[in-house]
Amino acid sequence: MRKLLFILLSGLLSGGIISCGNDGSDGGEESDVIKIGHFASMQGDIATFGQQTNNGMLLAVEEINAAGGVLGKKIELKTEDTRSTTQDAGLAAEKLISQDKVTVLLGEVASSLSLVAAPIAEREKVPMVTPASTNPEVTVDKNGNVRKYVFRVCFIDPFQGKVMAKFAKENLNATRVAILKDNANDYSVGLAKNFQETFVGMGGEIIAEQAYEAKQVDFKSQLTAIKAMNPDAIYVPGYYTEVSLIAEQARDLGITAPLLGGDGWDSPELTKGKFKEALEGCFFSNHYSVEDTTALVKSFTEKYAKMFNGEAPGAMSALGYDAMYIVADAIKRAGSTEAEAVTKAIGETRDFKGITGNITINSQHNAEKSAVVLQIKDGKFTYFATVAP
Amino acid sequence: MSKKNRSYIYLLVGLVAVVGLSFPLEASVNSYDMRIIINIGISMILAASLNLINGFTGQFSLGHAGFMAIGAYTASALTTLVFGSAEGVTQELLFLVVLLAGGITAAIAGLLIGIPSLRLKGDYLAIVTLGFGEIIRVILQNIEPLGGSLGISGIPRYTTFIWTFGILAVLIFISENLMRSTYGRGFLATRDDEIAAESVGVNTTKYKVIAFVIGAFFAGVAGGLYGHYNSLIRPLDFGFLKSVEIVVMVILGGMGSTWGVLLAAALLTYLPEALRKIDLFGVSLSDFRMTIYSLALILLMIFRPQGLLGNFNPKEFAGRFKKNGQSKKSKPAVS
Amino acid sequence: MEEFLQQLINGLSLGAIYALIALGYTMIYGVLRFINFAHGDVFMIGTYIGFYVLNTAFVQSLGPGAETAVIVFLAAMVGCGLLGVIIEFLAYRPLRNRPKLTVLITAIGVSFFLEYTGQLPFVFGADPRTFPTVVEKTTVLQAGGLVIDSYQIIIFVVAIALMLGLRLLIMKTRIGTALRASSMNLKAASLMGINTNAVISFTFFVGSALAGAGAILYAMSYPKINPLMGILPGLKAFIAAVLGGIGNILGAAVGGFIIGAAETMTAGYISPTLRDAIVFAILIIILIVKPSGLFGRGGTEKV
Repeated sequence: MRKLLFILLSGLLSGGIISCGNDGSDGGEESDVIKIGHFASMQGDIATFGQQTNNGMLLAVEEINAAGGVLGKKIELKTEDTRSTTQDAGLAAEKLISQDKVTVLLGEVASSLSLVAAPIAEREKVPMVTPASTNPEVTVDKNGNVRKYVFRVCFIDPFQGKVMAKFAKENLNATRVAILKDNANDYSVGLAKNFQETFVGMGGEIIAEQAYEAKQVDFKSQLTAIKAMNPDAIYVPGYYTEVSLIAEQARDLGITAPLLGGDGWDSPELTKGKFKEALEGCFFSNHYSVEDTTALVKSFTEKYAKMFNGEAPGAMSALGYDAMYIVADAIKRAGSTEAEAVTKAIGETRDFKGITGNITINSQHNAEKSAVVLQIKDGKFTYFATVAP
Repeated sequence: MSKKNRSYIYLLVGLVAVVGLSFPLEASVNSYDMRIIINIGISMILAASLNLINGFTGQFSLGHAGFMAIGAYTASALTTLVFGSAEGVTQELLFLVVLLAGGITAAIAGLLIGIPSLRLKGDYLAIVTLGFGEIIRVILQNIEPLGGSLGISGIPRYTTFIWTFGILAVLIFISENLMRSTYGRGFLATRDDEIAAESVGVNTTKYKVIAFVIGAFFAGVAGGLYGHYNSLIRPLDFGFLKSVEIVVMVILGGMGSTWGVLLAAALLTYLPEALRKIDLFGVSLSDFRMTIYSLALILLMIFRPQGLLGNFNPKEFAGRFKKNGQSKKSKPAVS
Repeated sequence: MEEFLQQLINGLSLGAIYALIALGYTMIYGVLRFINFAHGDVFMIGTYIGFYVLNTAFVQSLGPGAETAVIVFLAAMVGCGLLGVIIEFLAYRPLRNRPKLTVLITAIGVSFFLEYTGQLPFVFGADPRTFPTVVEKTTVLQAGGLVIDSYQIIIFVVAIALMLGLRLLIMKTRIGTALRASSMNLKAASLMGINTNAVISFTFFVGSALAGAGAILYAMSYPKINPLMGILPGLKAFIAAVLGGIGNILGAAVGGFIIGAAETMTAGYISPTLRDAIVFAILIIILIVKPSGLFGRGGTEKV
């Protein structure tokens, strides 16, 4: 009896799901809009980055539509929340592809979440462009095969780690460097690993390797241990949320060595209030500089501030903006919204002038572009150097 | 026909139904809906397995995601690192082996954590299991060959509707039969009054450990199913929050009521998807779900501590529609 | 040696804050025999009270200094104390004679309610906030590599003063006597004419107020606050209370210092990633070896 009840129950349930799930899903095939899907963390651990990326995309969509759209059609951005979890990333990507039938899938900042969506895009043969996932595996799978439909518009972990290692060795003349990485964050671990490899390869020495976990607030033990080694510089490739506290506690303990970091530092928070002094003189690698006076960047920062209550765009906003423009450009060049044609066109992106540099998609489906090194000076992110690939 | 035989027939019917249902479903449902259904199935396995611990023996465990993580990592690592190039083995056999391996590893972990900590009383056990779940996460994060914080990626997709719901049917079969056995009586005695049970010679620790081990086994299997569906697993996804979600399913459904718990698992997995596009105060309604869950917990405990379907017994329920209502005198409500 | 001393000082100042939170756990357990799971979240709310008070125009006009500190501490302590009383009244009082598990689940429910409601964008929001400066930080002592700053001194002074105050309150006042009587036997105390509901409310007020003070000290030292920040300090303080012998006030204080030191030592000398794990390991060991804790009375569960 119970088993029968169970069967009935599951039948009812699945029936309910089918009927609920299909609401208004079909029928978008021949409409006058081009649907672009964005799966992003709008809540959860990394919601800040997801929201920034989405804002950058919204700005791009507004500009593109105001200029007449693409192929005479307006672009419609559909955003689905991944809630910063892999389970919801799968659901969001699958929904955008199979229910909303988007032309291109954009998404995720976190590499792990992009790695959930990548196989789905491959299976459904829908082009996917990730604005900010830096792990090499996102576009090239473990066996070394390039994923046909997956691209990225940012540089990858090895490059950013290398840039900072080179910078530390050549510009700062550092020979003894300590690393403090976020063990719970694959981005941070990846950067640290590649920094170490390059720095040691150039004859430098990593004298201490310490770790923390995102959301911890007490780093004094690690910093005390690092201080005892007296390093020339400390590489802290984490997110700004912890970096501000790390810097403050380092200064409290009397550490004067500069901190070095990656694009996870890009937040106005590091230049404000009590953290400003602690981070004065520190360096980090980034995709672009807000100080950049080229017309392109200037208009972007101004428009962004206007659209989002005076907020300064972060690196994620710029990458989201660029990703959307590259997709629009590819659709234009392809002359259709047909998946294969768009995929081919995205792969053929050459020397695209974006906010985050001149972007060329290479054979590994990665963006080839230079990185900039910024210095925190008088409470501002000041342009310091450009490092070419 | 004896009761025992009858329950085997139910299992058979259930399995046939799962297989029978799978073909029309696979044909008619898009891949998003299918993903929801599989996720519901996995949630049901997790909730029903925790129900064995929380509901049947009254032990409060807040570390179920830890067992899920162990199973997920064992199964996925076996598939991707060890059996990746195995030849001459069918995919189904391989999947069965890795799922069992995941379950067994989780069960062993359940035994190891269970023996010392199950001597503890409710509140302490809750905190020890919570600590256990966090420790598992931290350890996984620090094992380089298992991908560290990025986790294991590129796991082949073996999980299907049949696997998920077939395993669920087996779990239901086992837990329902268990309750009718000597063990079931032991579980209930332990749950209802531990001290009284001990004083009449019931080895409560033994029953607690048995429930813990079986529960951990199925959580591990559910982890394996999850990994082989989602293609990537990472330590962050098996944190405290996941354990909490499973606990809420069990309490909402009514601790000890297999059917209530299954229903709650289905609802709580489906709701966030249904709520995706509904806004309130400019916020997606799904953002409110944890607030709603927590309020529901408090209100349930005050007004209906047995959960939504706490004392619900389908047989009795069906019996109400019969004139003679003979099922009233059936065995005590255990489900 | 210098490094070891530095780690020890860092650990003890962290431990002082754990001790303040642990006192609340222990007092409530002493009277009601249940773990107030939501205590860590009351602590979190304390930091937000401080955050909003510090951002009011009036306090901003005062600038960092002693007056600001007094206002913030009082606001957080009274706010948290009232919150504790309200939680007890709404959620725990209706369950006074129910099974322990029911109360535990309710406490977990309250805890999640505070955490997740706090994360809603129109409440506190999920993003971490920067806690403004309460008093300027100065370096008090610098000997070789050893650095002690004024915050570490403030933490010690405030924590020890509050603990002494609590001891006076419990040993020398009428309500303190009533509290002690209630924690020995709630039923007998009520038969002796003690208004146990009032005592319980009072316990929640004092325990939560101490968490409020701990919250400000914590937020001063680690000026990043978010709605989930209460979980770990809360758990560690709870473990400190168990280590000291739950229900025992001196035990909670000592336990707090031990946990703080153990945590920083593990992070400094073994592995920073194990700093949380070691605390749970301590809990498991203490529960198996000496469940009554360092200072606890033995005793068996009554039927």
